Amino acid sequence: MRDKQIEDLKEYKYGFTTDIENIRAPKGLNEEVIKFISKIKKEPDWMLDWRLKAFERLKNLKEPNWQKPKYPKINYQDLYYYSAPKSASDKPKSLDELDPKLLETYQKLGIPLQEQKRLNGIAVDAVFDSVSVATTFKDKLTEKGIIFCSMSEAIQKHPELVKKYLGSVIPVTDHYFATLNSAVFTDGSFVYIPEGVRCPMELSTYFRINASETGQFERTLIIADKGSYVSYLEGCTAPMRDENQLHAANVELVALDDAEIKYSTVQNWYPGDKDGKGGIYNFVTKRGLCKGVNSKISWTQVETGSAITWKYPSCILQGDNSVGEFYSIAITNNHQKADTGTKMIHIGKNTKSKIISKGISAGYADNTYRGLVDIFPKAKNARNFTQCDSLLMGNKCGAHTVPYIKNRNSDSNIEHEATTSKISEEQLYYCQQRGLNSEEAVGLIVNGFCKEVLQQLPMEFAVEAQKLVGISLEGSVG
Amino acid sequence: MLEINNLEAGIDNKEILKGLCLKINPGEVHAIMGPNGSGKSTLSNILSGKKGYEIKGDVKFENSNLLDLEIEERAHKGIFLAFQYPLEIPGVNTNNFLKTSLNAVKKAKGEKELDAIEFLKLVKEKSAQLKFDQNILSRQLNVGFSGGEKKKNEILQMSILNPKLSILDETDSGLDIDALKIVSDGVNSLRNTNNSFLIITHYQRLLNYIKPDFVHVLKDGKIIKTGNFELALELEKQGYESL
Repeated sequence: MRDKQIEDLKEYKYGFTTDIENIRAPKGLNEEVIKFISKIKKEPDWMLDWRLKAFERLKNLKEPNWQKPKYPKINYQDLYYYSAPKSASDKPKSLDELDPKLLETYQKLGIPLQEQKRLNGIAVDAVFDSVSVATTFKDKLTEKGIIFCSMSEAIQKHPELVKKYLGSVIPVTDHYFATLNSAVFTDGSFVYIPEGVRCPMELSTYFRINASETGQFERTLIIADKGSYVSYLEGCTAPMRDENQLHAANVELVALDDAEIKYSTVQNWYPGDKDGKGGIYNFVTKRGLCKGVNSKISWTQVETGSAITWKYPSCILQGDNSVGEFYSIAITNNHQKADTGTKMIHIGKNTKSKIISKGISAGYADNTYRGLVDIFPKAKNARNFTQCDSLLMGNKCGAHTVPYIKNRNSDSNIEHEATTSKISEEQLYYCQQRGLNSEEAVGLIVNGFCKEVLQQLPMEFAVEAQKLVGISLEGSVG
Repeated sequence: MLEINNLEAGIDNKEILKGLCLKINPGEVHAIMGPNGSGKSTLSNILSGKKGYEIKGDVKFENSNLLDLEIEERAHKGIFLAFQYPLEIPGVNTNNFLKTSLNAVKKAKGEKELDAIEFLKLVKEKSAQLKFDQNILSRQLNVGFSGGEKKKNEILQMSILNPKLSILDETDSGLDIDALKIVSDGVNSLRNTNNSFLIITHYQRLLNYIKPDFVHVLKDGKIIKTGNFELALELEKQGYESL
């Protein structure tokens, strides 16, 4: 009976599809498809030109291959680059107008929009497949002059901001996946916080892949003007699929003088089945620019999903006294692979960075922390503290730590600590003797291991993340 | 309450228990004494369900066959083991651990789980009863605890879970006289007509504070002698070799 229950739990909890007719661009990657995307989104010419420029560049780029997890060659001509829920072509004005099926999907995911609107005070810009279909709490934000909308809408309504900042942190020429995204991105979130404004609520987006064989190319841009503050939450789940799905999002953050951006992610894309079949390739480029003095960017990520997670949310500390933080939990179970970490680029004086990484491997999984701390010659008095802890469960998984440290001046201070440990049988026995079953015991111990990172998450997210940490490791002991 | 018949147990092809019999009725306090390597800790491990032993024999606990139950199921039924070496679990708050544990047991019994406020009230009450420093509760579970603090923490957990059968595995080892007294007072305050105790110890010292109803001598995997408190005194004078 117990075994049966555990077996059931092991199945991916969010593996379902919603039956909504899709508008799709034809398969393949070419100028026609890019023009199709641009046209269906009613984009101005400058945007199309931007995309085509990226596409030109892409032709001369190769996929990077230095990462530890290898994957079968992706046939980019065999993917769909645009798919949208049909009901979205006639955008709803309120939640009531939404496709009931869509609402049902959110219910299954535990994200009842109305509930959230009422209870949590979170404005939700929900992304279903590639088009934003619901945006709430607009009025309250508008009052403060905050712009929180889909990227498509921002391109229409705030072209001056988009022109100025899109691609300013991740240039269109950056690397293969970032450039691909620049050419074919479909939608995402746009946030602008005006000078001196503290955003009164957590801004949140839930991503979801729905149509099969769809590359998911989100594009998010967040700008915090002088002296402003914003906390942004991103969470995602995906339905069960057999084919591998590529997810290559770009997220750009810009913090001006004295501004602070806190970006939190809970990533729970479909990881593949227990034999490693299927699952999402999560190849994401996330980069923040601390452009102004005294600015701060903080990344917190809880990565539990995807067949392969390959991402390095980074901070470019350009302004003097700017601060970059990276808090990460990466959990890999069964045949999952993760190669993740951060880059802290210290350019300005007195810049500080902090990296706390917790990697957990179970089953046959492989987990790599890879991080760069780069201190420029002019970054006098820069400081970095890095702590990388790995936890292993069983004896078939792997944990690796690959820190790159470049220090180019003599006034800087860099600290690096790393540990590797295993959950001991004795610890499990102790917890079980106190009445916890083995799954609960593992959840408890792992949550303790991750505590420093979980504490960084906003309250509503922390609870969800704690549960997820337990769920992700179900079936990994016994 | 507990009835052990002809219990044999071994690990890695080494026989440790060789036909142990023991019966404990509700409200009784039994002490098991014995030399090193006689199988005392093996007995507590087997009763609590630790994996890795080859076991033969029959153990009844309140009409259920104990050996068929998982570790946590035994805990739900009211078996508690105060560990000789309590484990450290970094990052896990002691209070939170206690609450999770209590609610897991309550849930299994079909009782209402305690919310944060009810739980804090209970912990406060029990800590006061045991003269237990509440600061410990906000620290990480057993991390950086002194030997005495770890043992007191075990007794606090015991008093909060209120088990039917408490097994104390060399709880007195590593305790100074003051700590020993506090731990013993704690145990004594939990004694009543329903709760039973199995106290495993090397020394008679602890039994001066916790007066047992029965004293058993375990040697070579068997109980070779049973008596009352006088037996403990006799052992203290003459040693195990005399038996």
